[in-house]
Amino acid sequence: MAYDKFNILKSTAVPMPIENVDTDQIIPARFLKATERKGFGDNLFRDWRYHPDNTPKEQFVLNNPIYGGKILVGGKNFGSGSSREHAAWAVYDYGFRCVVSSFFADIFRNNCLNIGVLPVQVSPEFLDKIFKTIEANPKTELEINLPEQSITILETGETEQFDINGYKKENMLNGFDDIDYLLNIKKDIEKFAESTPL
Amino acid sequence: MSKTLFDKVWDSHVVQHIENGPDVLFIDRHLVHEVTSPVAFLGLKNRGIKVLYPERTFATADHNTPTRNQHLPVKDKLSANQLKALEINSKEHGIPYWGLGHEKNGIVHVIGPENGITMPGATIVCGDSHTSTHGAFGAIAFGIGTSEVEMVLSTQCIMQPKPKSMRININGSLNKAVTPKDVALFIISRLTTSGATGYFVEYAGEVFKNMSIEGRMTVCNLSIEMGARGGMIAPDETTFEYIKGREYTPKGKEWDKATAYWNTLYSEDDAVFDKEITFDAGEIEPMITYGTNPGMGIGIQKGIPFAESVEGGVATYKKSLAYMDFNEGEAMVGKPIDFVFLGSCTNGRIEDFRAFASIVKGRKKADNVTAWLVPGSHKVEEAIREEGILDILNEAGFELREPGCSACLAMNDDKIPAGKYAVSTSNRNFEGRQGPGARTLLASPLVAAAAAVTGKVTDPRELIA
Ligand code: SF4
Repeated sequence: MAYDKFNILKSTAVPMPIENVDTDQIIPARFLKATERKGFGDNLFRDWRYHPDNTPKEQFVLNNPIYGGKILVGGKNFGSGSSREHAAWAVYDYGFRCVVSSFFADIFRNNCLNIGVLPVQVSPEFLDKIFKTIEANPKTELEINLPEQSITILETGETEQFDINGYKKENMLNGFDDIDYLLNIKKDIEKFAESTPL
Repeated sequence: MSKTLFDKVWDSHVVQHIENGPDVLFIDRHLVHEVTSPVAFLGLKNRGIKVLYPERTFATADHNTPTRNQHLPVKDKLSANQLKALEINSKEHGIPYWGLGHEKNGIVHVIGPENGITMPGATIVCGDSHTSTHGAFGAIAFGIGTSEVEMVLSTQCIMQPKPKSMRININGSLNKAVTPKDVALFIISRLTTSGATGYFVEYAGEVFKNMSIEGRMTVCNLSIEMGARGGMIAPDETTFEYIKGREYTPKGKEWDKATAYWNTLYSEDDAVFDKEITFDAGEIEPMITYGTNPGMGIGIQKGIPFAESVEGGVATYKKSLAYMDFNEGEAMVGKPIDFVFLGSCTNGRIEDFRAFASIVKGRKKADNVTAWLVPGSHKVEEAIREEGILDILNEAGFELREPGCSACLAMNDDKIPAGKYAVSTSNRNFEGRQGPGARTLLASPLVAAAAAVTGKVTDPRELIA
């Protein structure tokens, strides 16, 4: 499925300064039973967001009306654990287009890139600055500039570069996905398969 | 440059290298289960394409399935739906499907090796992070997301940059009651859950050389818990002996040809790893976790570390202990527990049941403990019966369930209730992993057995003659 193009994103951000946020927190297993990619946003951070009786936990950041926006800022080692792409879907479906952290778990990062959510890895110091600035002013906006590979705290003008490989960058800018690419080289793949025994 | 084991297998599967981008990697075998595949099949449908190589694809039902009364229709409507979807999709695309009740049914990472789908030198993927299990055979095996499942179904390839390489060496011999699970939990406790992120790990040294193939599977299985893409061990006679004669492995002349090739799969002496770590086997004790990630493990006789002594944020650490309702400095031994879970692709194979039985034999299940013993597959279940282990378990007051992932991820009814403590042989102690509010202590089958008969955290060495 081709996805939204990503170019420059300017938005407020939701701060979640917790380390090792794992995919079981992002979306608990009991919400993985769908056969279509629909409605996962409702269960994003389900058990942190709601009490067992489904009333919202008021102190949780997603339930705090002061915070909002299309960028989620998480602590170190974000997205560890299971390979469930549902975690990335939930992040996307909730309305986030970008996740910022000082460190991402591999599979989660891949999954994000594959569905058009941009993972932006910043230095621990810069992450700290983001958290502090948002804490002081929840309306703080961040600008994620994919062509320039930069992230800027607009209020203070502080900025940092981030890494993304050239291929994935093109994909994100144009909303292409890997399957489009692979289907284009199907002949090569078939030739390769012939020489690769089962 | 001299190649590592990983280089040899990876490089021989690269269809195309994209400058400043990923490699197009050919996948030999693709394992599919009900939870991460439906949206991928839907993607194929939307594109109007079929599975490119159904003969390289294998489907089983495991994540969602009940562990009792599997002969009856699945009660949970959503689970039943997912199972039905996989059955229909498999049929439509000509993929072998081993559904509930099928003799080959079981946890995807247990049945792959059991049926000889897993082989040295192969690339194997599955939409489940513990696909790393198959690395025990010298395969490159790792978990993928659903978009990638769709890629593999439609083109038999994925696109990923080649990871960095790490070698973990452990020499010496293991202490009494120290199992492969303890070795893995020990490594993760040293490396943390992100210590190997970006790397593919090779395990080397005497400890792994002397380890059974099932033990190697346990270790490779847990590679993902230190953030690694996967882990692998060079194939050797132990490997060949295990796979010989299994359904999908080569036979006759093909076998000779295959083993000749597999014998070339090792890291050259002068191959260079991006990172190399060495431990001494003697350092490792029976392990148990006290927190909410698999890196929060300690030797069972040790106390829960103080926040200042651990790497990482104090707030996150305290939150984790609060969830567990444990305090810094407390001993783990003696803590009362409520549940024991023996199972999962980490420790749900026959050797694990043998280990568990070795301790409960002649003893009785503690009254305060509910025990869920779930074999990894029907074949494991069969072996449990045939070897007389079932009798031992029954006499000690345990019952055996039917195969599946069960309380490893608690998608079915096997959920540990909120606030309860479970000693589990599975792989994740995340908040709510085994049910909302559940508190998980990860450990080996021996530690699980010791807990099951004493009703509290107990050092298994006390129960072994
Ligand atoms: S047992 Fe657990 S880790 Fe293994 S395949 Fe099932 S859910 Fe995944």
